[in-house]
Amino acid sequence: MFFTRFDYKFDFMGKRHFAMMLSALLIIISLGSLLTHYLISGEPLVLGIDFTGGTLVEVGYEQPVELEKMRTLLHENGFPDAVVQHFGTTHDVLIRLGVHEESKDDPLSSQILRLLEQSGEGVNMRRVEYVGPQIGGELIEKGGLAVLYTLFGILIYVAFRFEYRFALGSIAALIHDTLIVVGFFSLFRLEFDLTVLAAILAVIGYSLNDTIVVFDRIRENFVKLRKQESVNVMNTSINQMLGRTVMTSVTTALVLIILFLVGGELIHGFSIALLLGVIIGTYSSIYIASATTLLLGVSKADLMPVQKEGVEKKEGSDNDGPGLEF
Amino acid sequence: MNHYPLWKYLLIAAVIFVCGLYALPNLFGNDPAVQISPAYARDTKIDDTVQETVETTLKEAKLSFTRIERTSRQLLVRFKNTNTQLKAYSILREALSDYVVAQNLAPATPDWLTGLGGMPMYLGLDLRGGVHFLMQVDMETAIRQDEETYVEELRTLFREKKLRYKGINRVIKEGGGIQVTFAALEIRNKAKKLIKKHYDDLVIVEKDRVGEYRLYMTFSEKALIENRQKALEQNITTLRNRVNELGVSEPVIQRQGDERIVVQLPGVQDTARAKEILGATATLEFRMTSDTREKWFEVERTKKVPINARLYHERDGNPVLLKRRVIVTGDQITDAAATIDQRSAQPATTIRLDSRGGKKMLQTTRKNVGKPMAVVFIEYHIETKMINGKKVTTRSKTEEVINVATIQEEFSKNFQITGLTSSEANNLALLLRAGALKAPMEIIEERTIGPSLGQENIDLGLLSIMLGFLAVMLFMWLRYKTFGLVADLALLMNVVILVALLSLLQATLTLPGMAGIVLTLGMAVDANVLIFEKIREEIANGNSHQSSIHLGYEKAFITIFDANLTTLIAAVMLFSFGTGPIKGFAITLSLGIITSMFTAIMFTRGLINFFYGGRKLAKLPV
Repeated sequence: MFFTRFDYKFDFMGKRHFAMMLSALLIIISLGSLLTHYLISGEPLVLGIDFTGGTLVEVGYEQPVELEKMRTLLHENGFPDAVVQHFGTTHDVLIRLGVHEESKDDPLSSQILRLLEQSGEGVNMRRVEYVGPQIGGELIEKGGLAVLYTLFGILIYVAFRFEYRFALGSIAALIHDTLIVVGFFSLFRLEFDLTVLAAILAVIGYSLNDTIVVFDRIRENFVKLRKQESVNVMNTSINQMLGRTVMTSVTTALVLIILFLVGGELIHGFSIALLLGVIIGTYSSIYIASATTLLLGVSKADLMPVQKEGVEKKEGSDNDGPGLEF
Repeated sequence: MNHYPLWKYLLIAAVIFVCGLYALPNLFGNDPAVQISPAYARDTKIDDTVQETVETTLKEAKLSFTRIERTSRQLLVRFKNTNTQLKAYSILREALSDYVVAQNLAPATPDWLTGLGGMPMYLGLDLRGGVHFLMQVDMETAIRQDEETYVEELRTLFREKKLRYKGINRVIKEGGGIQVTFAALEIRNKAKKLIKKHYDDLVIVEKDRVGEYRLYMTFSEKALIENRQKALEQNITTLRNRVNELGVSEPVIQRQGDERIVVQLPGVQDTARAKEILGATATLEFRMTSDTREKWFEVERTKKVPINARLYHERDGNPVLLKRRVIVTGDQITDAAATIDQRSAQPATTIRLDSRGGKKMLQTTRKNVGKPMAVVFIEYHIETKMINGKKVTTRSKTEEVINVATIQEEFSKNFQITGLTSSEANNLALLLRAGALKAPMEIIEERTIGPSLGQENIDLGLLSIMLGFLAVMLFMWLRYKTFGLVADLALLMNVVILVALLSLLQATLTLPGMAGIVLTLGMAVDANVLIFEKIREEIANGNSHQSSIHLGYEKAFITIFDANLTTLIAAVMLFSFGTGPIKGFAITLSLGIITSMFTAIMFTRGLINFFYGGRKLAKLPV
């Protein structure tokens, strides 16, 4: 009824050149967007105040508010750079300011709230964030390092568990995923804040999870289907795992869509990044990871000396797990 | 085939039971409450009289409470709703001015559960509302102040030892340090020996020029680290003291890295006031008392203060008459610590003054052995108010006598104050040290979440978790029939275990943390998907049903392990780099991955073994 067995024989690898081209196109668009925006405005990404520093005030009103009125009010009262926009509903307004000289006794956020209170109408403070300029630069550095360390840690682990070509293949897929998600945020001018960065790290984890599962089967099949071409082995493996790949991606995507729809404005960027990441990650574990590994010339000979893995057999289980079979 | 030994079933049952138990407190919610505790550094106790005052005050105001709980450290009054709580809060605050009265959300966990150590999850500020500050301590100033103190001390030392120096000063240029110039080589060498003897925390370098012999001193690496550490700790102590004054329940004040302090004040919305208090300056003065005790009370009554004296009050309201002349002020105190007096075996507070203060103290005490001396605590408050739409800043000064002690013998730089209880000695030392911030601080990050947004975030988070849960469950059931339901049960267990672990660890749950739970829901079923797909495959390969179950689980295990471990690498990286809310996400994600290994593999296997194991099956509902 719902699904029958996934007993497919798609020629995934046969279309790998087309997939490679598609990926190349997406990456070119991503890099292009980053570069163009950098050249035009000096801002490849719309960075959140977590990274840039500045002040953010979110206020709620009983009635829907006109942004234009608020904008003039703020612009004429000493905040010419205030960016005013609705946040979620027309009752909520988000005000952003760049880095200003902050006075200790009367912070900018209080000045703004006072200004809004004086203009009549009951205003309700919902959220205030102030990030000093010293924090922002630090976070960009730490965030970038976290992504690099993660990639490196994964590279070592996969190289140790599989083979270096698999490791490179999975890293290629991860860089591919990260670039496209970042490119998406750049192209559509979505705010890139700390939660989005967290989402990207989670995407790395998820996409890798997917890749490892496919690789595991490839490794198993390289040994099982000795007589076959590498391309065929990969095809068979991907087809065998297709049921699982689709199932897991769909459940994950499902909860992320829910998170996007009901999770609130605050984690919109977060859920978009994850959702996109899961879709791209699923695609990349099928094409990019395997195709790169293939491109690097992995063959059954590389996985044949399985004896060295026999060491694990002792500490592992007493039965035949994947990769341990002959 | 497919049989678990009894102990495995028992283990699974035990884990479920224990986790269920510790997840339970989260279902009871919170009571709005008012919490009354003794003010910082004051030896007031929570006793029957306090409880009676509270009860009568509330009765007079016709406010009903649901329960009063008393421990030696606090009194907790629970109310039915926030409205009553708010009214009671303002009334009690006036009635009990000597105590810290704070609004609080007290967990409504039943006593038997609390007795077992059960606690609900600790909600982050983005869920409960409140303010978060990240403060940077200006270490350079702290070191500069230390160097200036040393310059003074050295000057006195040289004078005492009759060593003639041409000049002594702090080097203003980069790196700082202290420089002393001498006219003769032998004096320089003598001075060097002397400094070495008295100050082992200085690194001394000789720098000679024609006709001039110089010593250049800097703090040793070890001393610098210690000084920074001390500055940070002292600022934290001061902040903790001040936060207490704000009447905040469950404040968080922690160091972050080498020169930063995080202050989290749940429930506080008025950041301006919080900032004022945190940045306040307090100081101390030492003065001799004037006249006799009888005279003090007389002056209190008649208000006729003698010319050379001033009237002060002790904390309990008793009058004290002090001489106008100040012996030593707080900025001359370099250190204070609680200790035990070696002669009398009584608790005491030791105080260390800088050289200027030490000298004045020596002169005074030499003449006044046997007479009482008082310690006055002075605090400057800066308060900004809106009056007729205009901002008015008022600065006020509070002065109170915190201690009157008799001078036993002459003393100078180092001395101690006895006649205190042990806790008073501790508190006094803290107060003396916490009297002022060691180094100036700057707020480099501030986040305030309004109370309505906090509740909204909780609601949205819960709704997402519930909907996500339903969607995944439905999906699994449609795809894997009965086995899918087994996986659904495992998913439910996963959430229960996750909640139990978060409650036990008291890890902070944030909105991204809730998103992490949602994501875990989607990913946790992956293990079961892998296993079930493998079982189907084995059946298709012509294996018997029982051996298919066995092979499915065994073969999928390594894949699941590899896949989850790599995800865990990413989650751990996320934890190490992230701050606040992001850490919350990393915690739930990594815990979720670990617990899902248990529920998706061992728990489902247990269920399947129990219902399908060791039997001949016509058809497997997978």
